[in-house]
Amino acid sequence: MTDAAAPTRETDPLGVSPVAAAMKASLHGDRIYHVLTTAFAAAVPLLLLLIAISIGLAAWPALSLAGLSFITASEWDVAAGQFGAAPAIYGTLVSSAIALVLATPLALGVSIFLSEIAPKWLRQPVGFLVDLLAAIPSVVYGLWGIFVLIPLMRDPVGPFLRETLGLAKTPMFSGPNYGYSMLAAGVILAIMILPFISAVTREVLLAVPRSQREAALALGATRWEMIRDAVLPFARSGIIGGIILGLGRALGETMAVTMLIGNRPEISASLFAPGYTMASLIANEFSEATSDMHLSALMAVGAVLFVVTLIVNAIARWLVWRVTKGAR
Amino acid sequence: MSASVARTDASSAPGVAAAVEARKFSFWYGEKQALFDIELSIPSNGITALIGPSGCGKSTFLRSVNRMNETLTDIRREGDMLLHGKDIYGSGVDVVDLRSRVGMVFQRSNPFPKSIYANTAYGPRINRGLRGRALDEVVEVSLRRAALWDEVKDRLGTNALGLSGGQQQRLCIARALANEPEVLLLDEPASALDPVATQRIEELLFELKSQLTIVIVTHNLQQAGRLSDRTAFFYLGRLVEVGPTDVMFTRPREERTEAYITGRFG
Ligand SMILES: Nc1ncnc2c1ncn2[C@@H]1O[C@H](COP(=O)(O)OP(=O)(O)OP(=O)(O)O)[C@@H](O)[C@H]1O
Ligand SMILES: [Mg+2]
Repeated sequence: MTDAAAPTRETDPLGVSPVAAAMKASLHGDRIYHVLTTAFAAAVPLLLLLIAISIGLAAWPALSLAGLSFITASEWDVAAGQFGAAPAIYGTLVSSAIALVLATPLALGVSIFLSEIAPKWLRQPVGFLVDLLAAIPSVVYGLWGIFVLIPLMRDPVGPFLRETLGLAKTPMFSGPNYGYSMLAAGVILAIMILPFISAVTREVLLAVPRSQREAALALGATRWEMIRDAVLPFARSGIIGGIILGLGRALGETMAVTMLIGNRPEISASLFAPGYTMASLIANEFSEATSDMHLSALMAVGAVLFVVTLIVNAIARWLVWRVTKGAR
Repeated sequence: MSASVARTDASSAPGVAAAVEARKFSFWYGEKQALFDIELSIPSNGITALIGPSGCGKSTFLRSVNRMNETLTDIRREGDMLLHGKDIYGSGVDVVDLRSRVGMVFQRSNPFPKSIYANTAYGPRINRGLRGRALDEVVEVSLRRAALWDEVKDRLGTNALGLSGGQQQRLCIARALANEPEVLLLDEPASALDPVATQRIEELLFELKSQLTIVIVTHNLQQAGRLSDRTAFFYLGRLVEVGPTDVMFTRPREERTEAYITGRFG
């Protein structure tokens, strides 16, 4: 609009300049484009809203029957009309937390190595291998877990944690160790979300401006001091965003977890004890849910999972928004 | 210190090691040679300006003095670069220590997204492990030397990115000074600044030049003329001529120097 003066020079005596006509045509095209993209953009939140409403409606009978006890009670007895999803909620949160605790340092280490330390020729192939972890289907992780991870949990891992590290007395590592456990689920989740955290973190680290690195180096920083003081703080919010995206994946992961967690709806302090998650509860019971109330209860579990994941993603968005704003 | 007026040609003062001395120094980026057999002696204290058309190797030379070019891959050099008579590329030279003794200020100011205090304190913190009162003192002295103290003393804890462009650049100078460097390298430090901010920087450098050796790259010939004691003219990766600034600007020996200074090319 600012160069409105320019076309007047070309205005012919009839008052219809080719430039003006072209501008008009493109304005018309603009409008169609505008309307279309707005419609598409509006469709997405609308879809989200529809899903939320239908889940809410389907979940309502069970939720209104159980009330607040749905998320506080531990008894899950469909026949008796008892819907206490607390063990599943607990299991989802704890297994995801274990996954984060294990995956975050690993992903950070891998990303720092790949973006800062590794020689150029090594970066592509190793980065590709890490990304490849994301391409393995969930059920394959589950199978691998049953045949490799669970036996390992029984043998070197359990005794190592208890005897070698002397943790046997702590409630977190006491009790029988069958292999199928909260810990096994957390470990498999850690491996599964590692590539996601690492991919985001690598991008964020590479996006740290050269001028920031040089500022630190020129003041006599070692490479490690440069990474610690210039690179990581600059990338911090982006890294946190990556971690939370990984958490979002861990919360909803179903198949591999269902195969390894032991599926026992109990809250136990021990990580060696079997547990349950919201996703595996739904997956296990869906096929045998015949009564309306049972279906509604499963929907209610889905609604809780949906809300938790939504909150986590909102936090991730906010953090990523903050880092892009701060970078300018 | 201040008696060694830098107007005399370094070569005419034997026995005194130059602050920086390049001996047949050449530099390559991959296949491309950026510097050819540079022979340049920069005396202690005073301001030396590096001038020349874009791409002639001024930044490359500057970044060879604090070994900043080493952060790039596929580079090669020949010849020697001496700092107070010692080869900075010699074995046993600690590059981290070297960079704390040779400060550098870049064309675009690059403060850390941290507080003004944390920016200024960074060097003394990591290099000398200073903390508490001692660190406060270094921060204040450095900000005063960079003529920034009065403007920021009430908001040392606020983010440095909230400062104006000129203030940010002076903060970067303060940050470099906090290391108490022997040599300060500046690569077009004022090219992104308005005339008022530029003048502040020039006054500041003028005050500092009795205390340390300043090497400044500039595209602004008036600035080189006003500010520097000696001027070195680079062209296509070679050092064409170096001498006292007044001589360089009035009676250059080389025709190419005269052509550049009178604005006939570049
Ligand atoms: N990182 C690099 N990789 C490859 N070539 C480079 C690199 N940096 C500089 N060069 C080349 O080396 C030559 C000298 O560059 P240099 O930056 O030293 O010039 P300059 O005199 O500082 O120019 P300007 O005034 O534009 O800043 C140029 O031809 C440039 O293209
Ligand atoms: Mg340059």
